[in-house]
Amino acid sequence: MSEVVIAGIGQTDVGEHYAFSLRELAFLALEAAIEDAGGLRPDILFVGNMYAPATSHQAHLGALISDYGGLGGIEASTIEAGGASGAAALRMGYLAVKSGAARVALVMGVEKVTDQLGPGAEAVQTLGEDSDYEAVHGVTPNAQAALLMRRYMHQYHISHDDFAGFPVTAHANALTNPHAMYHSLLSFEAYQNADPISEPLNMFDIAPVADGAAAVLLTQPEILPAHFTHPLVRITGSSLVTDRLAIHDRVDPLAFEAARKSVERACRQAGILPVDVDLFELYDSYSIYAALALEAAGIAKRGEGWKLALDGRMNRDGDLPMATFGGLKARGNPGGATGIYQAVEATLQLRCQAGSNQVPGARRALIQCLAGPASSAAVHVLEVA
Amino acid sequence: MLLKPTHAVGIAGYGAYVPRYRLPAKEVARIWMDGAGGLPIKEKAVPGLDEDVATMSIEAARNALLRAGIQPEDIRAVWVGSESHPYAVKPTSTIVAEAIGAVPNVQAADWEFACKAGTEAMVAAIGFVGSGMARYAMAIGMDTAQGRPGDALEYTAGAGGAAYLLSPADEAVAVFEGSYSYVTDTPDFWRREYQKYPEHGQRFTGEPAYFKHITEAAQALMEGTGTTAKDYRWAVFHQPNTKFPQKVAAQLGFSKEQIAPGLLVPVIGNTYAGAALIGLTAILDIAEPGDKIIMVSFGSGAGSDAFSISVTDLILERRDRAPKTQDYIARRTEIDYGTYVRYRGKLALK
Repeated sequence: MSEVVIAGIGQTDVGEHYAFSLRELAFLALEAAIEDAGGLRPDILFVGNMYAPATSHQAHLGALISDYGGLGGIEASTIEAGGASGAAALRMGYLAVKSGAARVALVMGVEKVTDQLGPGAEAVQTLGEDSDYEAVHGVTPNAQAALLMRRYMHQYHISHDDFAGFPVTAHANALTNPHAMYHSLLSFEAYQNADPISEPLNMFDIAPVADGAAAVLLTQPEILPAHFTHPLVRITGSSLVTDRLAIHDRVDPLAFEAARKSVERACRQAGILPVDVDLFELYDSYSIYAALALEAAGIAKRGEGWKLALDGRMNRDGDLPMATFGGLKARGNPGGATGIYQAVEATLQLRCQAGSNQVPGARRALIQCLAGPASSAAVHVLEVA
Repeated sequence: MLLKPTHAVGIAGYGAYVPRYRLPAKEVARIWMDGAGGLPIKEKAVPGLDEDVATMSIEAARNALLRAGIQPEDIRAVWVGSESHPYAVKPTSTIVAEAIGAVPNVQAADWEFACKAGTEAMVAAIGFVGSGMARYAMAIGMDTAQGRPGDALEYTAGAGGAAYLLSPADEAVAVFEGSYSYVTDTPDFWRREYQKYPEHGQRFTGEPAYFKHITEAAQALMEGTGTTAKDYRWAVFHQPNTKFPQKVAAQLGFSKEQIAPGLLVPVIGNTYAGAALIGLTAILDIAEPGDKIIMVSFGSGAGSDAFSISVTDLILERRDRAPKTQDYIARRTEIDYGTYVRYRGKLALK
C-alpha cells in the first residue's frame, strides 16, 4: 500500500472572529491549504467539528463547506469525536487515501464558538461528556479537570504550583506564532496568583475555547506533479481509541487509558518508541491533562508528568519540545479544529518552515488530540518524507 | 463628512447632576466575589429613593438655565437622552420641559441610543438651532443605569448626567466647530422590552464596538477639522470603566493630562447617556477661553458622536452661576450593598 503524505496546509488565526462566520472561516483555511498544495483538488472532504450544531445552529458541514468552497459536489461529511474531532477527521482522511478510496483528501477542522456567551457557552462545552450521568449533574469540563487535578495532587503529594511549567512554556512558544490567540509571556508569579476558576484549577490551567479553522490536504506521493516543490511530510502512524465516557466508570481515573493505547498503536505502526520523536504536540486543554497525557504515553513516570515542563525539558530547545506554537493554552483551543492545528504546526516543523518557532533538526513529530479527559484519543506520527 | 450647521452654534449654559449616594465597588465584590478580583472603578453614584431620570434631568437643566441666564419660555426644544426613562410610554422630556417652564411652545421627545442618546440629542439640537428654527434648544443626557446583580456591569452602572442649553454661537460659553457621527449595526449590548437588566456580548463590547466606533469617529472629526490630538487642551471619551477611555485616548494620541479632568468614571461610575456629557461639564468648569475640547461619546448598538468645541470668554462670567461638577462629586454619602439593594428596588417584595 502506498504511503500518505501531507501536501498542503492552511490555518486561520485562533481567537474571537467576530467578523467571520463558520463557513467563511472554513473557506479561509480550505483556500490556504489548496493554494499551499499548488492547486491540488480534493475528491473527498472530512470536517472535524463538535460545536457547530449548538453554537452556529448548523449541522451538515460537509455539504456546507464543499458548496461554499466550490468543491463541486465531492464526497463530504462531518466527523465528530468531541475535542478530538479534528484528529478523528485526520484519521478518516488518512484511511481514505491509504486505502485508495480517495486520491486527495481535504481534512479540515473548524469551530465558531464565540457567538455563544456565558452559561450558554459553558453548556455547549459539556456536550462531549456523558450527558445522563455527568453533565446533567452540573459537572462541566472545568469541574472534571479540577476533580482530577485535586486527586492527582493528593495522590502524588504535589502542589498546584508544580503545574506551572505547562502554561508558562505554552505562552512562551505562542509569542512568535502569528496565528496564536495570546502573545504574552506568563510568569510563574502570575500563574501562582491567578483567580481560581474551579479549585484547584485557576484561569491559567485552562485553555481558552476559541474560533478557528485549519486544513490539510492528504494524498499519495505518486499523484503529485513532478515539479511539486514542498518537502513532503508522511503520516507513518495513525490511531483513534476510546475509553469509558464517564470518568466515574474508570478503574483508575488518573490513568488516561485511551491516551496510552493511542500512542502505543500509532508508534507501533510507525515502528518507533514515543521517545524517538523530536517534538510532541500534546493536548494541554488543562495543565493536569498535559501531565496525565505525558504519563499515559510513557514519556514520564506516573505522578511525574508535571516535572518535564517545570524542568524546561519541553521548551523548544529542550529534549522533547511540546506546544511548539503555543499549544491549546496559548495558541487557543478551537474545539474540533484543534487536531488539525496540531497537524499543521507539526508539518511546519518538519518542513523547517516554523520560523522563530523552529525546533532544530525536527524530523519526526508525535501529535495527540484528546476529547475531554481522554474519553477519545487520536495520535498521528508525522515524519519528513 | 463633517457636520456643520448653517449658523454657528454653541453652548449658552450647561449643568451637571450627580446623586449623593456612593456604592464602593469593593462592596459589590464583597457580596458577589468574596472580596476577590480587580475593581473597574472606585465607586459609583446611586440615586436616592425619590430620584429618577426626570428629577435628575430637571436638576441639571436648571443648572444649565442658571448659567445661560435666559428666559425658559424661549427654549424651543427639550430633548432627553437616556436608557432609563421612568416610563416606557410617556416622555421624560415633557416633565422636564414643564418643570423648567419651557412649555407649551416647545418640541419635546425622549432619545434612545444606549449611551450616546444624550449626544445624539445634542447633534439634533445643533441642527435645530443652526438652521434658525429655534434660538435655544436643551439637550440632556441622564441615566440611572441598572446592572444585573452580580454581573460585571453592576460594579460600574452609575447615575448622573448633564444638560446643555444650545444657542447661537455669539451667546455661547463654548462653540461647536463641527461634529461627526459614526454608526453601524453592532449588537454589543442590549435590553429587550420587559427585560429588567441589559445583556452584553462580553469582550465583543470592546474592540469591535467601543474602540472601533470611538476611534473612527474621533479620527474622522480630526481629519475634517484639520486638527490633531495636540490641538486640543482637553479630551473626553465615553467611559464605561476606567481602562477603556484611558486606552482609547492613548491610541488616539491624547495624554493622561488631557483626559484627567473629564475622567469621572472612577468616582461616579458609568453614567451611560450622561457619561461623556458630564465629563464635558467637568472640563468646562475649569477650561480657559480659547481652549479646544474634543468629546467623543459611544452608544452600544453602536455609534459614536465626536465634537470639536472651542471655549469663549463668556465661560469666565457664567460658570460660577451654578454648582460645579466637582461640587456634586464631593457631596457624598457612602452606602453599603444592602442600602443600595433597597434604594434601587432590587428586592422584589411582591
